[in-house]
Amino acid sequence: MMGCRKQAVETVVHGIFLLLGLITVGCVLLITAYLVVSGIPAIREIGLVAFLLGDTWASTAAEPSFGILPFILTSVYGTAGAIFFGVPIGFMTAVYLAKMAPPKIKTVVEAAVSLLAGIPSVVYGLVGMLVLVPGIRVLFHVPDGASLLAAIIVLAIMILPSIIKVSVTALEAVPPEYEDASLALGATPIETYFKVSVPAAKSGIAAAVVLGVGRAIGEAMAVIMVSGNVANMPSLFQSVRFLTTAVASEMSYASPESLQRQALFSIALVLYLFILLINAALNFFLKRSKEG
Amino acid sequence: MEQNSISAKRKAYIVLMRSFIAVSVALTCGLTLFLIGYVLISGLPHVTWSFLTTTPSILNGRIGILPDIMNTIYIILATLLFVLPLGVGAAVYLTEYATNKRVVAAIEYAAETLSGIPSIIYGLVGMLLFTGIFGTSLIAGAFTLVIMNLPTVMRTAQESLKTVPQSYREGAFGLGAGKWRVIRTVVLPGCIDGIITGCILSVGRILGESAALLFTAGAAHKLFGLFDGLMNQGATLTVALYFYAKESGEFDIAFAIAAILMLLTLMINLSALFIGRYFKKRRAL
Repeated sequence: MMGCRKQAVETVVHGIFLLLGLITVGCVLLITAYLVVSGIPAIREIGLVAFLLGDTWASTAAEPSFGILPFILTSVYGTAGAIFFGVPIGFMTAVYLAKMAPPKIKTVVEAAVSLLAGIPSVVYGLVGMLVLVPGIRVLFHVPDGASLLAAIIVLAIMILPSIIKVSVTALEAVPPEYEDASLALGATPIETYFKVSVPAAKSGIAAAVVLGVGRAIGEAMAVIMVSGNVANMPSLFQSVRFLTTAVASEMSYASPESLQRQALFSIALVLYLFILLINAALNFFLKRSKEG
Repeated sequence: MEQNSISAKRKAYIVLMRSFIAVSVALTCGLTLFLIGYVLISGLPHVTWSFLTTTPSILNGRIGILPDIMNTIYIILATLLFVLPLGVGAAVYLTEYATNKRVVAAIEYAAETLSGIPSIIYGLVGMLLFTGIFGTSLIAGAFTLVIMNLPTVMRTAQESLKTVPQSYREGAFGLGAGKWRVIRTVVLPGCIDGIITGCILSVGRILGESAALLFTAGAAHKLFGLFDGLMNQGATLTVALYFYAKESGEFDIAFAIAAILMLLTLMINLSALFIGRYFKKRRAL
């Protein structure tokens, strides 16, 4: 009799944990479903080609036009720029931390990097607004410093911690025998790190870069504060709007049920598809790096 | 000796790489120091007792951030209340129950996907899902943050569950305990460090979050008690910072909030570091 009750409790508990386990899957399905359902109508009304490849976004004009090519290109250029500046700096710092730094300095620098990761994006945006934007205006003699360049610099700094952490993990996982062999053959430590350790950790480093891409393309608040937020085609010293900031800047005043609001959801859907692609790439590299 | 035996080309390569590394490390550390210093120096002078303990009032020309502080605390409490059982439960399922490899892979892939989704998308989905039920309110924001922090809590709990020795479980089973009892009395107490770390990481993320809260929790600065607060609109510190800086251009207030956020971030990082060390030491004993 007792055993029977115990059995029932076990079964119920197992069921509860199964439900809890599946909750992440449920969340992903729910998010995907909501974005698809709310993103498709506007694309249907505007037309897929006109939406994705149209170069004018004028959602509140008398004859509204909903082309998001400027946002897509800005997001791609902005991310590429952030990677261009952020990856070399992050990668070199990672080599230092993983291979060269004395333990005490390593602890301090790693603490600094975690802190960099923990600073809220609005704080980056605030400092960018008051330091970077005026700086760019004065340095390059442009009328307004709020530009793609400012966004690129802020993003490059913001993705540093992700790149450093993942690269350090990858570099530390390189078997010491590889390095010993290289040193024994007469290579100097620096040559060993760059010609043996780095190639051996290349999948992990690729994962770090992809993670950085994901962070950069998804950032909204810091970018909205420094990029000027005008729907121009991307150009380094012009005010631009990203996919994320396009959603953030108009959502608060788009009237419900309007085509404008629906189009904002379609932008979010496009962004989501980008993110899914990046995630797939990230998983591919992480898996390969685990297999060595 | 050995330095003399290598060619000039190799020497140049070594010097070049060394200087690249030096510049990069200096940039990373310099930027961090600059950010901390700049924010604290510009912000701390504006942090006064009345700034921290009053509500903003246009009539008296007074600006206070007490409501924003309380909102931040409420939303952290509400989020943790839901995300901890969900995340730890999911981790327990993965490490203790799951036998089907495909199910495990699906759950882990889903968690990866969740942690890669940008917060602005969480904000939109939260707006569709939760503001429909609760209206624009802190609780709608908290539920959005629950989904967002789920992978973090799950991952940290899972990592520490893996460190609970298999022999503990076997010992408990050998004494005749059922699976649920083993989990309750042996496994969960063993992963308390993972749960605490997950808590700290989540608090850090909630504190810094703004895009996901903009359309779900709103931007009011009214002071409420816990339950009224959760049911009403409210700005957290980060959202308040955004509005003061971007919408009203009051940079002094924005910097004061930024300085407070910076100090809190520092505290969270330090406590994560120390708690990690404390548990590592205790485990080693």
